[in-house]
Amino acid sequence: MLEARGLGKSFGQTRALTDVSLTIAEGELVAITGPSGAGKSTLLNCLAGVVRPESGEVVLDGRRIDTLPEADLTKLRRESFGIVFQFGELVPELTAAENVALPMLFNRHGRQEAMTVAAQWLARLEVSDCADRRTGELSGGQRQRVAVARALVTGPRVIFADEPTGALDTIGGEQVMNALIGAARGSRTAVVLVTHDNRVAAYADREIALRDGAVLAGVRR
Amino acid sequence: MTTGHVLLGLLVERPKHGYELKKEHDHRLAGAKPLAYGQVYATLQRLERDGLAEVVETQQEGGPERTLYAITDNGQAELERWLNTVEPSAPYVSSPLFARVAVAGNAADGYLVRQREAHLARMRELTAEKASGAPAQVLAADYALQHLDADLRWIETALARMKEHNNA
Repeated sequence: MLEARGLGKSFGQTRALTDVSLTIAEGELVAITGPSGAGKSTLLNCLAGVVRPESGEVVLDGRRIDTLPEADLTKLRRESFGIVFQFGELVPELTAAENVALPMLFNRHGRQEAMTVAAQWLARLEVSDCADRRTGELSGGQRQRVAVARALVTGPRVIFADEPTGALDTIGGEQVMNALIGAARGSRTAVVLVTHDNRVAAYADREIALRDGAVLAGVRR
Repeated sequence: MTTGHVLLGLLVERPKHGYELKKEHDHRLAGAKPLAYGQVYATLQRLERDGLAEVVETQQEGGPERTLYAITDNGQAELERWLNTVEPSAPYVSSPLFARVAVAGNAADGYLVRQREAHLARMRELTAEKASGAPAQVLAADYALQHLDADLRWIETALARMKEHNNA
């Protein structure tokens, strides 16, 4: 469904990715692991159409996406991808429900429909009681579950999660992972998870281990 | 005599027979090696000999003999003492994993990459078990997961040191 072929990327003199190839199937949960500086976030950003690779290609459902014009790429990201960051990155002026509804409003759904669907996702992630609260009033774990709801609200093909539990304690992180995985499995959404935490990687179906910008030899792709 | 103390702990609730103690031991200490029946009965006899447990009833209705054991006052005192004893931190730490690296040195990197995969595969199984596990199993899985994670983090560090050495 999502495929990378021979990806390469440098930042100045620094080689971030070298000849990285991988395939992610529908509904699959894959962890990209490695120490800091291994190229995890660069790979995630290339797959998610945020960063354009210098060499190689990224293909979604048979269509090459890394060469799309910026406007088409933005539209594709909005419709087909959901992103969860380490610190949630919610809009502080909005309530949790409004944050979750936001991607649907960007995709030109009516406000009422967007708020109804947002409420359903908040319920699915067991944070309905947070719906009318601003994000500053939420705990770290609640914020991340709201961020997961926001990533899922458009029914994306893939969710990209960059250290989604990095700021949480063990039990809070576990609740977010269970919520993310339960919701993704229920809707056949693939999840690409960047983490340096082995216990988080253990939630995934398989691992892509990066070292110095390349896939670690000996680990199956 | 840890098994003895665990059995004493399980007897606090009410008197139990050996079969029941084995079942409860294996459930509460999920992740530990299951207790062999022979060991249960040998341990109970030792507890009885030392006055820490006593036989309160022997049933035999056609089937095999079933002996019901209870904890004694001395047993309660011994259990209390054990529960409050701080375990000394292990003076020696080793494992077959570490021994291989100690012997092979910087040539162990290929082995470590494969060992890493095996550990992570086991962590996936434990993580899946936790999703549907009873509280005792979740605690046991957490304990196993965090020990495997400690090994994995050491493997990472060892690989980084080997790379540094090989590049020097």
